[in-house]
Amino acid sequence: MPAKVITVTSGKGGVGKTTATANIGAAMAANGHKVVCIDADIGLRNLDVVLGLENRIVYDLVDVVEGRCRLRQAMIRDKRLPELYLIPAAQTRDKSAVSPSDMVRLCNDLREEHDYILIDSPAGIERGFRNALAPADIVVVITNPEISAVRDADRIIGLVESEEKGPARLVLNRIKPAMVKRGEMLSTEDVLELLAVELLGLVPDDEVVVVSTNRGLPIALDGKSKAGQAFRNIARRLNGEQVAFMSLDDNGSFLGRLKGLFSPGGN
Amino acid sequence: MGSWLDRLFHRETNSAQQAKDRLALVLIHDRTDLSPGTLESLKNELIEVISRYVEIEPEAVRIEMSQEGREQRLLADIPLRTKQRRRTT
Repeated sequence: MPAKVITVTSGKGGVGKTTATANIGAAMAANGHKVVCIDADIGLRNLDVVLGLENRIVYDLVDVVEGRCRLRQAMIRDKRLPELYLIPAAQTRDKSAVSPSDMVRLCNDLREEHDYILIDSPAGIERGFRNALAPADIVVVITNPEISAVRDADRIIGLVESEEKGPARLVLNRIKPAMVKRGEMLSTEDVLELLAVELLGLVPDDEVVVVSTNRGLPIALDGKSKAGQAFRNIARRLNGEQVAFMSLDDNGSFLGRLKGLFSPGGN
Repeated sequence: MGSWLDRLFHRETNSAQQAKDRLALVLIHDRTDLSPGTLESLKNELIEVISRYVEIEPEAVRIEMSQEGREQRLLADIPLRTKQRRRTT
């Protein structure tokens, strides 16, 4: 079966697109799928460092599009996950170096030999976003429970619909359950009611994400962390599996952690 | 925030509820590209046009946006002036 193209986007910057792309990709590859991650953020590439592959870049996306190398030469293979490849963005060019039709062509060349193509979209609604959206079969919108991130997510969801790429699927990232409980953070229900969109995943705010990014090791490969579990669940849902949403209530409290210790692999 | 602080500043609703209420309004305007000002002039013109055909109560006219999923709907409630009332005035 030819690959599905999944574009990860958000409108607002800094909500966790790149982390989500890296982790969903890693989780899919760990499940035995053939995955290519494409960094579409030309000029501000980061998927390479989040995946820990920055030292192995020779060619990039723009080199492929402009014919300086073959597609295969720009695909960096992850040594930990042999079925995971990265096509890095060019760092010294801008978004106009690639067109939406270039992206469609590139993805079509990759479809036959892979299961999933994940595209890490840049922030914004301009050319870079259009490039990332053009080849998409599925659009994943990432947001945080913050007013500006939710507003931008709504704008993106509208654009995805008007481009007939909808319905977008939502990942709510960096939820702080203790703040939600105190009424100081929008809850999952609040965000879903406002955006009226299908939920794909809930990811708790987790310091371990920073640590794993420091090391260039996707958190999805860490069996213990809640955020890692959340990304693995998202990968399985994208694969068509029915996976219950994890309860985030316990997170943070001492009792909750204790409970977590005695129920490994839960939720 | 401690609850004594809330009492001090007379804060009735928590900040999450405030965020939700503010977002609900902002999203309506973002989605429809209709600002509160535009909505007001729409209402005034609507009153003018309808008044040419039937007698209405201009002060009681209400124009509102409603939301069903991602569908936006413009709801107009336009009370007609009844004949009975006309006789009394």
